[in-house]
Amino acid sequence: MSILVNQNTKLLVQGITGRDGSFHAGKMKAYGTNVVAGVSPGKGGQTVDGIPVFNTVEAAVLATGANTSIIFVPAHLAADAILEASEAGIELVIAISEGVPTLDMVKVMPYLVKKGTKLIGPNCPGLISPDAALVGILPGNIFLKGNVGLMSRSGTLTYEMVYQLTSNNIGQSTCVGIGGDPVAGLYYLELLQMFQDDPETEAIVLIGEIGGDAEERAAQFIQDHVTKPVVAFIAGQSAPPGKRMGHAGAIISSGSGTAEEKIKAFERVGVKVARIPSEIPDLLKEVMK
Amino acid sequence: MKIHEYQAKEIFSRYRIPVTNEVVCYTVEEAVTAAEKLGLPVVVKAQVLAGGRGKAGGVKLARTKEEVPEFAGKILGMDIKGYTVEKILIAQGVKFSSEFYVGLTIDRNSKSVIFMASSEGGVEIEEVAKENPDAIHKFIIDPDLGLTPFLARKIAFALFTDFSLVKQGADLFQKLYKIFMDTDSSLVEINPLVITSEGQLLALDGKMNFDDNALFRQPEIEALNEPTEDELKELDAKEKGLTYIRLDGSIGCMVNGAGLAMATLDLIKYFGGEPANFLDIGGSSNPQKVIDAMNLILSDKNVKVVMINIFGGITRCDDVARGLIIALEKIKVEVPIVVRLSGTNSKEGLEILKQANLPIVETMSQAAQRAIELCAKN
Repeated sequence: MSILVNQNTKLLVQGITGRDGSFHAGKMKAYGTNVVAGVSPGKGGQTVDGIPVFNTVEAAVLATGANTSIIFVPAHLAADAILEASEAGIELVIAISEGVPTLDMVKVMPYLVKKGTKLIGPNCPGLISPDAALVGILPGNIFLKGNVGLMSRSGTLTYEMVYQLTSNNIGQSTCVGIGGDPVAGLYYLELLQMFQDDPETEAIVLIGEIGGDAEERAAQFIQDHVTKPVVAFIAGQSAPPGKRMGHAGAIISSGSGTAEEKIKAFERVGVKVARIPSEIPDLLKEVMK
Repeated sequence: MKIHEYQAKEIFSRYRIPVTNEVVCYTVEEAVTAAEKLGLPVVVKAQVLAGGRGKAGGVKLARTKEEVPEFAGKILGMDIKGYTVEKILIAQGVKFSSEFYVGLTIDRNSKSVIFMASSEGGVEIEEVAKENPDAIHKFIIDPDLGLTPFLARKIAFALFTDFSLVKQGADLFQKLYKIFMDTDSSLVEINPLVITSEGQLLALDGKMNFDDNALFRQPEIEALNEPTEDELKELDAKEKGLTYIRLDGSIGCMVNGAGLAMATLDLIKYFGGEPANFLDIGGSSNPQKVIDAMNLILSDKNVKVVMINIFGGITRCDDVARGLIIALEKIKVEVPIVVRLSGTNSKEGLEILKQANLPIVETMSQAAQRAIELCAKN
């Protein structure tokens, strides 16, 4: 198995007629993901790359049985797109859109909880279960099917890490880019639990970033609930306090959320932390022996 | 985005939250006139977009007529954490008994707006959070319900025993929540909120930060933006699709992706070097972007070497290499460059760079070490 996406994924692309939506719909389809439909209000009846386009998510779900949706609409429309997917019964929503107002997400969250919809993102690169389904903007060619589950707050750093794993012949079960926004969907705790429960995953890589206390909480959760080995890396060890480094979430605020504190929190519960990215494969080999 | 204290209090006033009588002044003369109008004593307060103004000597109580021009003169032009004080606030002195802290922000864990309240106001709240976290009461606000009257009362009861203050407080807190939601704030703070000798609650200070992602629908807030020189450079970069933050070192960096860019800076530091900037060029091999990025890096005269670290994902390395070569033909770069390309089509990309005689390295670590060596030589 893997987590969240697999051969049973029936993917819907919201914003499929836009530049990013159409480009990545094609890429995901080419990777082998079962892309069943697209949505673009006013463009129902068209096709993109052979994928049928609908006016509403509801119509797309009725016609195709889509169970997962990926969102490429402009940031100010993203919250509404997420709600539309949730209302139509989509189980898993991946919001790629970058720059979504925080209060839009705050207002969306209770509805998702009520409907039991899982959300990844916004402002994230998506996820992949190698050889089964690519749902995101990740470069499929660098991944290798295997037994390491990976979660990360950043995009290209994830690719860098994965590339190093793949080059060392360490395959992945599922890799999830959770995004760096202040209010986001599935985060470390939920994903740690899923990887813990996934029989195919033998070890877990967690790539964190400065800011907030999500890594500290993850460390506590690992101590209490995770028996599989976990290795970690924290980006932003040298960041000056208060500087925003591209991700809305990566802000050091007054002495909390520093890389140092996060590294300490992990090491305290026995999670090995790589000081530089190239140490990750060796640490994994060590713990997976 | 941040605004000044006086601007935050203007917004508070619009929502009928009581604030001190005050006047913004740009000169000593204006300050003297304002103090005459308000009556002594007055508080002279530096208006800069940085915290810790009091500690820096930017807030002074003027009790006599002579002290007003003296303090105004001292504070105007003062440097506080890199910001020059260009305006001051002359605020009427108020007699008060107790000081409280109230604030609203986004809580990542509950994915909600959270209300924070403490009886230990008037001091730096971060200090309180560190030393006596139990002294800060926290209330998560359900976005569907908003700040209900009962929750507002509950917060007020945590601070006040006098029921007239509880009623005033509950009303004020609901207004503060409305401000937060109406303006797409990321932080709204009153520190201190005081009880005047007349038994009234009053905002003695005010602080507001805003969600940059929502400025598109907050034109009135956006109009208050006063970017510093460094921030202007960052904004200019943003328009070109780049994220740039200037740092103090001498190794210029060009990286695709924020996380990788951060990790690159970490690596330079790890090996003993000092990065000159954070620069994320995003996912594109567009030569113009590389030219813009290179010009931006070189506009910092401290830069002695440029390290380029690109991971080709969907962007292919051979495209990036071609973009780089076109860019480097168009602009003169007098400092050495170290290039590291990895990922999709990296072999082809490296071959292209080799033919152009660009120094290339295999890994991030090698690139950082090489850049540090070259930096030491220059």
